[in-house]
Amino acid sequence: MEWLQQLINGISLGSIYALIALGYTMVYGIIKLINFAHGDVFMVGSFIGFYSITVFGLGFFPALIISMAACALFGVIIERIAYKRLRNATRIAALITAIGVSLLIEYGVIYIRGAQPEAYPDVFSNRSFELFGAQISVQSILILSVSVVLMILLQFIVHKTKTGKAMRAVSHDTEAAKLMGINVDNTISATFAIGSALAGAAGVIFGVYYTKIDPLMGVIPGVKAFVAAVLGGIGIIPGAMVGGLVLGVVETIVSALGFSLWRDAAAFVILILILIFRPSGIFGKNTREKV
Amino acid sequence: MKKSKFASLFLASSLLVGVLAGCGSGEKSSSTNGGEVSSTNGGDTIKIGANLELSGAVASYGSSEADAIDLAIEEINAAGGIDGKQIELIKVDNKSDAAEATNAAIKLTSQDKVTAIIGAATSGNSVAQVQIATDTKTPMISPSGTSTTVTVGDNGKVNPFTFRTAFIDPFQGTVAANFAVNELKVKTAAVYADNASDYAKGLAASFIKDFEAAGGTIVAEESYVAKDTDFRSTLTRIKGSNPEFVFIPGYYEEVGLIVKQARELGIEVPLMGADGWDSPTIVDLAGAAALNNTFIITAYSAEDPDGKAKEFADKFTEKYGKAPNSFHALGYDSVYLLKDAIERAKSLDGTKIKEAIEATDNLELVTGLYSVDEFHHPIKSATIIEFVNGEQVFKTKVNP
Amino acid sequence: MKKSKQFWPFIIAAVIVYAVVQFLISNGMMNQFYSNTLIFISINIILAVSLHLVIGITGQFSIGHAGFLAVGAYISAIVTMKLHLPFIVAILVGGIVAALAGLVVGIPSLRLKGDYLAIATLGFAEIIRIVFLNIDAVGGAAGMQVSHLTTWTYAFVCLVITILVIVNFTNSRHGIASISVRENEIASDAMGINTTYYKVIAFSIGSFFAGVAGALYSHNFYIIQPSQFGFLKSFDILIFVVLGGLGSLSGAVLSAILLTVVSTYLQGYPETRMIIYSLVLILVMLYRPKGLMGTMEITDYFKLWRTPKGGGQHGK
Repeated sequence: MEWLQQLINGISLGSIYALIALGYTMVYGIIKLINFAHGDVFMVGSFIGFYSITVFGLGFFPALIISMAACALFGVIIERIAYKRLRNATRIAALITAIGVSLLIEYGVIYIRGAQPEAYPDVFSNRSFELFGAQISVQSILILSVSVVLMILLQFIVHKTKTGKAMRAVSHDTEAAKLMGINVDNTISATFAIGSALAGAAGVIFGVYYTKIDPLMGVIPGVKAFVAAVLGGIGIIPGAMVGGLVLGVVETIVSALGFSLWRDAAAFVILILILIFRPSGIFGKNTREKV
Repeated sequence: MKKSKFASLFLASSLLVGVLAGCGSGEKSSSTNGGEVSSTNGGDTIKIGANLELSGAVASYGSSEADAIDLAIEEINAAGGIDGKQIELIKVDNKSDAAEATNAAIKLTSQDKVTAIIGAATSGNSVAQVQIATDTKTPMISPSGTSTTVTVGDNGKVNPFTFRTAFIDPFQGTVAANFAVNELKVKTAAVYADNASDYAKGLAASFIKDFEAAGGTIVAEESYVAKDTDFRSTLTRIKGSNPEFVFIPGYYEEVGLIVKQARELGIEVPLMGADGWDSPTIVDLAGAAALNNTFIITAYSAEDPDGKAKEFADKFTEKYGKAPNSFHALGYDSVYLLKDAIERAKSLDGTKIKEAIEATDNLELVTGLYSVDEFHHPIKSATIIEFVNGEQVFKTKVNP
Repeated sequence: MKKSKQFWPFIIAAVIVYAVVQFLISNGMMNQFYSNTLIFISINIILAVSLHLVIGITGQFSIGHAGFLAVGAYISAIVTMKLHLPFIVAILVGGIVAALAGLVVGIPSLRLKGDYLAIATLGFAEIIRIVFLNIDAVGGAAGMQVSHLTTWTYAFVCLVITILVIVNFTNSRHGIASISVRENEIASDAMGINTTYYKVIAFSIGSFFAGVAGALYSHNFYIIQPSQFGFLKSFDILIFVVLGGLGSLSGAVLSAILLTVVSTYLQGYPETRMIIYSLVLILVMLYRPKGLMGTMEITDYFKLWRTPKGGGQHGK
């Protein structure tokens, strides 16, 4: 039952990518910015969770909530200070700023606490049970359920609440949304808050599942999550979830076949194939070019 | 187009300005030193350069070593320095990039005119400065550069001014293979090595050779790259090949995760690694329970109450509030190796210091007794240690 | 006529710069630290200018330039280290193979636009890096040792040729066509310009010079490893171009010089180095999102100085 085990491995990895990808996709959908600092918000979330557990002795769920709240605030601060001024600047200027913010967060954290890694404490029992010959740990079940709950919650917010409707409207047409009386600035901030909260949650989950966290941990998952977002169709929320899961499973399959050193290449090959043959992603709609 | 009429002119002139500015200070610095070699800079301090990965991908290695180097130099200076001269440490960041490491080495040798260089933490960044060290006759000690190419060039000749503190010996692979066959009585083994490190690759190769020679079968050979975090899929594959023993040469940052994930997936067989595992962090990463039934080969045992290791661990914990890992120990040892050599050389001349390091004989360091062989590789004995509930328990000792 | 006017002053200035520096180096008045920094600046300028052609002139948003740098670095290293051919051959071969890689990458991906193109180039660069990572003949992850062959002469001559070619390309018919692609792709397509052709051409030329820079790079730093050519390296090159001002060649040159000097200077302040670097980046982008030079060339400032004199004639 090696393959069932591999599928479970892939889905666990993919759900973390999906949580990070959601933030990318939401931000891109609304202000067309590739927010490279998003992976670092994920890292900050992980550290906040770590300190709430070790220093304040909190459990997993309080730590998760604190980390999500702190990251939401952090995301809004980043948006207000760094990105807001650039809303009318070229996309490339905004991108460079995002890279700058990303470096600043990484090296700010290194300056404060050093670059050495930290080991997440065990908050769940390490117990695992067997199902059809595959080992499933209690941790991975909890992690999967938390991810699924958060994604359902996000769907609810986006489709049923006023803020969510405003977000969709702004993403569709900013000017028209403004004319309809929607406060665009606040809506964008709300998007950053929600996206960053999800990244924070992903950080805590990553810590619990993978144990090792360090100030540069956000770089690679950040890029991977971005690939996942594009895979699913950037700007589309269900797309990010599916893209994340697909990416996680594909990476696992490549390693399972014995090509672990080619794992990252596989992710990018799929990305390029998708871009060339279906540039708007799995879930994307083809839009006509306007002259 | 008129637009770019003077563009090119400007480019050239701006370069010229840059060059002239550069020269201005260049002349100054060379005139103050009057072309003297560093050995005769008869001041009251000894300048030592540290070329380390303080930012970039492997910043955790470099900054660990930097902390330990600071501690060692503080101690030496507090105790009166070397022959009454205080040590002045000049730290430069190489951004975990070989090109920057070359630049940093050039800066240390031609601008700061240091007596010796400690660094870099990784083999690649150390190799990047070997030629500079040789050209300027500056002894260089890489604390954790494990590749043979750090001290021995492609042509098989020893790089005269380059040394290392870390063990690279394929000897450890042999010890592990013998231990697996004779003590653990296993017939099949899997190898899971760090593909980014020659240290791990070398150990894996010598393990495979000796294990097969002793009649064992290698059922799986897999690799990962340092800084990976997800090993589950490859481990599931290894589990599928049903080994009785898994050899995992690599560093504690990844090995801790590998051990944890392996146990979660139900791989209960003995796991073994080498001195790269040796760090208290591995217990935090893997968890004490997962570490049971794992073995490591190290050069020293931290449980020895009178040993240098314990003394170092206490001092380090007092200063930094955390327990040291193997990078800390190697960084610390590099300073003392250099101090010992400078004292014996009774000179700051690069060639004399180099000769003194070559003559090092059973110097007592945190990571064991240290001697140098003709390829500038350290000779250390190997101790096998078993983890029992997170504690290291002495198993057996093997001499080369 | 026009061409020769700008050509000769440039050549003369270049010869003077070269001669002065070479004199200082051979005289021992300039130590290795400065000569090495100058070589590093030259390499960075070549990279910046080659990417400027792709992003600044043709308007194609590529964030995978380090991939072509890697191709040039590795291929040239193979030529000198394994085939034992002269360095000059290695530079050429490195450039040509990188240009071919540019073609291979460019033909499928240049149909994409904006952010999608950016992501595709990023993906290609990572694939190139992982390919080198998996070839044991070039050392895999541990890297490949390369002899030190790059000198100030090689670096400077390559730099001068790069600037000459790119300035001439920009001013030629091809260059104007490329600029029209940047300004409005649909309109230039409608005007009968084969946009894909010009995009691929600019991309290949850019890749060629990135490959040349790669050859100089690998033969200056003793060792090359796949980890040196990750996307962060691509970002570094992108930052040169954007910080200098998109579309401004002199801006790209200036910011390559400036950032290399700043980065080298900050080497001695390891704790705060990257913090200062990132703050500089953010502040420049926030307060001058067009980059240091905007779309202006440095010569435009000469013209501005002269306008008061000539201003009367134009009847401002």
